[in-house]
Amino acid sequence: MVPCHEILDEEEVKSLLERYGIEKEQLPKIKVKDPVIKEIKAQVGDVIKITRKSATAGEANIYRLVIG
Amino acid sequence: MIRSVPKKIGQIKFGLISPREFRKMSVTRVITADTYDDDGFPIEMGLMDTRLGVIDPGLRCKTCGQRAGECPGHFGHIELVAPVIHIGFAKLIRKILRAVCRSCGRLLLTETEKERYLDEIRTNLKIGNSIDDVVNTVFKEARKTKKCPYCDEEQIDIKFEKPTTYYEDKHKLMPADIRDLLEKIPDEDVEVMGMDPVSARPEWTVLTVLPVPPVTMRPSITLESGQRSEDDITHKLVDIIRINQRFQENREAGAPQLIIEDLWELLQYHVTTFIDNAVSGVPPARHRSGRPLKTLSQRLKGKEGRFRGSLSGKRVNFSARTVISPDPNLSICEVGVPEEIAKELTITMNVTRHNINEAKEYVARGPSNHPGANYVVRGDGRRVKVTESNAPELVEAIETGWKVERHLKDGDIVLFNRQPSLHRMSIMAHEVKVLPDKTFRLNPAACPPYNADFDGDEMNLHVPQTEEARAEAKILMHVEHNILSPRFGGPIIGGIHDHISGLYLLTHKDKKIYKPEALELLKKSRVKELMEPAGYENGMPYWNGKQIFSMILPEGLHLTFQAEMCEHCEECKREGCERDAYVVIEDGILKNGSIDVKAIGSFKSKILDKIYKEYGEERARMFIDDATRLGIRAIMRMGFSFGINDEDVSSEADVRIGEAIYEAEERVRKLIMAYNAGELEQLPGRSMDETLEMNILQELGRARDAAGEIAGRNLGLENSAVIMAQSGARGSMLNLTQMAGCVGQQAVRGERIRRGYAGRTLPHFEVGDLGADARGFVKSSYKKGLSPTEYFFHAIGGREGLVDTAVRTSQSGYLQRRMVNALQDLEVQYDGTVRDTRGMIVQFMYGEDGLDPMKGDFGTRESIRSIINTVVAKRESR
Ligand SMILES: [Mg+2]
Ligand SMILES: [Zn+2]
Ligand SMILES: [Zn+2]
Ligand SMILES: [Zn+2]
Repeated sequence: MVPCHEILDEEEVKSLLERYGIEKEQLPKIKVKDPVIKEIKAQVGDVIKITRKSATAGEANIYRLVIG
Repeated sequence: MIRSVPKKIGQIKFGLISPREFRKMSVTRVITADTYDDDGFPIEMGLMDTRLGVIDPGLRCKTCGQRAGECPGHFGHIELVAPVIHIGFAKLIRKILRAVCRSCGRLLLTETEKERYLDEIRTNLKIGNSIDDVVNTVFKEARKTKKCPYCDEEQIDIKFEKPTTYYEDKHKLMPADIRDLLEKIPDEDVEVMGMDPVSARPEWTVLTVLPVPPVTMRPSITLESGQRSEDDITHKLVDIIRINQRFQENREAGAPQLIIEDLWELLQYHVTTFIDNAVSGVPPARHRSGRPLKTLSQRLKGKEGRFRGSLSGKRVNFSARTVISPDPNLSICEVGVPEEIAKELTITMNVTRHNINEAKEYVARGPSNHPGANYVVRGDGRRVKVTESNAPELVEAIETGWKVERHLKDGDIVLFNRQPSLHRMSIMAHEVKVLPDKTFRLNPAACPPYNADFDGDEMNLHVPQTEEARAEAKILMHVEHNILSPRFGGPIIGGIHDHISGLYLLTHKDKKIYKPEALELLKKSRVKELMEPAGYENGMPYWNGKQIFSMILPEGLHLTFQAEMCEHCEECKREGCERDAYVVIEDGILKNGSIDVKAIGSFKSKILDKIYKEYGEERARMFIDDATRLGIRAIMRMGFSFGINDEDVSSEADVRIGEAIYEAEERVRKLIMAYNAGELEQLPGRSMDETLEMNILQELGRARDAAGEIAGRNLGLENSAVIMAQSGARGSMLNLTQMAGCVGQQAVRGERIRRGYAGRTLPHFEVGDLGADARGFVKSSYKKGLSPTEYFFHAIGGREGLVDTAVRTSQSGYLQRRMVNALQDLEVQYDGTVRDTRGMIVQFMYGEDGLDPMKGDFGTRESIRSIINTVVAKRESR
């Protein structure tokens, strides 16, 4: 039910931000106390990659910044 | 990248105004309720004091020295004799009173508790979170304390009576007592209650000083009789000052407590209604005529209020509104504008050496001959009204650099709009066609995007005033450009009703059409030459309907699809379909099949979709214009009507319908008998009652379908209603069934009707009767007429539908408002992301696939398939 959530390493975060030409703060957010964040043990400031099924594209990647 | 703004708002802080601040911002104390003296001059320290600003043209403001129109107005104040509750804070005061000690005024929590909550509030504020939850727990916990931890005072529960009365046991608390108590609350405790003691001390919720709004926001108007009529707010202020004075006099004269309390209550009433004249439990203050006064809240609140009425929505110039009516001879991108309106709306021409002669012609014709001019603006910027008498003079004087405000004329670009403007096709750019009479004329094919009909609908028209605006309207908003809906990627503009019936009659099966008729049918289209005839009869060439239609199709069009009337047989017989439902277009020739909604109808048209995407929007528009005109001509030539006797079925069919229904009723009776005997086979997951209901509903539904089937077959394929239903022009087979066969079961919330009397629906039936006719089954048809009980059930079912639509429209309207507010500033960027104005990413790829729904076949991403089909078809035909 819950789509795949993974923590991006520093390199990946850098290239992600570069790709979109943005600061971390411009990403969508997710709270640390979100159950899925607790499960993957992400910290505040981490960027999460979510791979989920999409009705239009088959599969879509969404990135979220973990906040307090 | 976060875009920079010229000036950034750091923060906005809301607070309460203290009495001291009220006095500080006041330019005068107002002590008298009078406004003007006998000479019509504002009285000093009255409500119209010239220090509060001026509205009479001759006077100067005593505060800033400016004239009416320049002076923004200045606040005054009234010293209230006794404090009164501010109605907006009545609930807050209740909460505070219940949370603080009645003797020492401290918050009824221990020091450690206070510290803990304060900590929580401060962290929440720092990260920008809402503190509502913490504050609510503070109030809840404090209320539980029965004895003050600081002075040991026993607490008494506060009772609150709407709108502004507070009781301690039976004893009534006066606003003065409340204010005294609130004053005692220490600043530290105020902060724990979620308020900022610097900008919002609790006692400021009880008013001792009332600000008097500037005269400029409550101007008096002079009636034609020369009498002055004051603004509602002024009226209310007069009331307040009068009561305030009486109160003071009585108190100084040592009046009994009872009278004082009465006056106090009256003062409270006037101040309350001054702030909000629609508080529940308070009778609204009324004008002498009985009209409720519009006081402060009423000016701001609601649809006509300052926010929604004046700031979010405004009235504009260069616009017109009138009833719409149809004109199938106009192109879809035209709009018929009444001459009267065309003479009122103007477009400003800059006179140059290229258009000076044209401009002179307009001016020469003056303001009352169509295409004329109403004003000219001379080189020095002076505006001169063109009249019959000065026109010749002006014509001579015109030179380059002048401006001429000429009438709207044919070909001008205007914006046309119908409310509710729910999607972007609700406002489109049309070309003007000036016509006689008083309505806007619109091609019926352009109705679907506006959701317009001609039962009295009105529409608005706006005239863009600059070249840029006109260019933008033409490029972005032109009707041609909006044929495809971004919602589903298909054409939203297309044939409706008679266009469909007409083309269906023309193209269905083979019809011989001789030359004069063929020419007449195509007279209004762009077709200039007839194609090779289908054959000759008695030496005379004839064509068939499919050929006539083919002549308006673009060359090289390849398309095959199943028409609306296709019955989706197990195995499609394709070209051999006996209903002529398999449409084949080869190289722009309709080879097979009948034209119906699927072919040219709005929302569904396959042909239009293809033409738009392969030949461009202009060709698509031409095709719509041609097809609708051809449709109208065809239906007029063949004749098409529907009357009450078209609903008649033969007596033999009538008997068969009666039998079918009787048999169904018989089966229902058997079901009920089985139910009563407990022999009914229960459906899984259903109770016995539900099982019975479902079986009956199914049985009766089948009976109605059977009746419809018999009726439909009896009416035959030549019947107008059948043609309309089959071609998808209007109505459905269900409508036909109900008209000629059987109306069927009436339902409330999806169930058979059961409410009414105890145990039965109507006194005509026995208690507990579960039979078909006792529970709302209407076996008559509309043509036959309903029996009294059937009529009654039908009214019940019909009412539900009415209520449903009313509720649905209001709910979806509000939903739409909230959605638009939330989404209006989102933008798809060049990199495919969706971002808001701060550059925050909302979607990493628009719609997750980055596709524009308008570009694919009806919103799918299968354009590639249609390309392959086209290539294959082209090769085959070669
Ligand atoms: Mg209407
Ligand atoms: Zn002034
Ligand atoms: Zn106390
Ligand atoms: Zn078929």
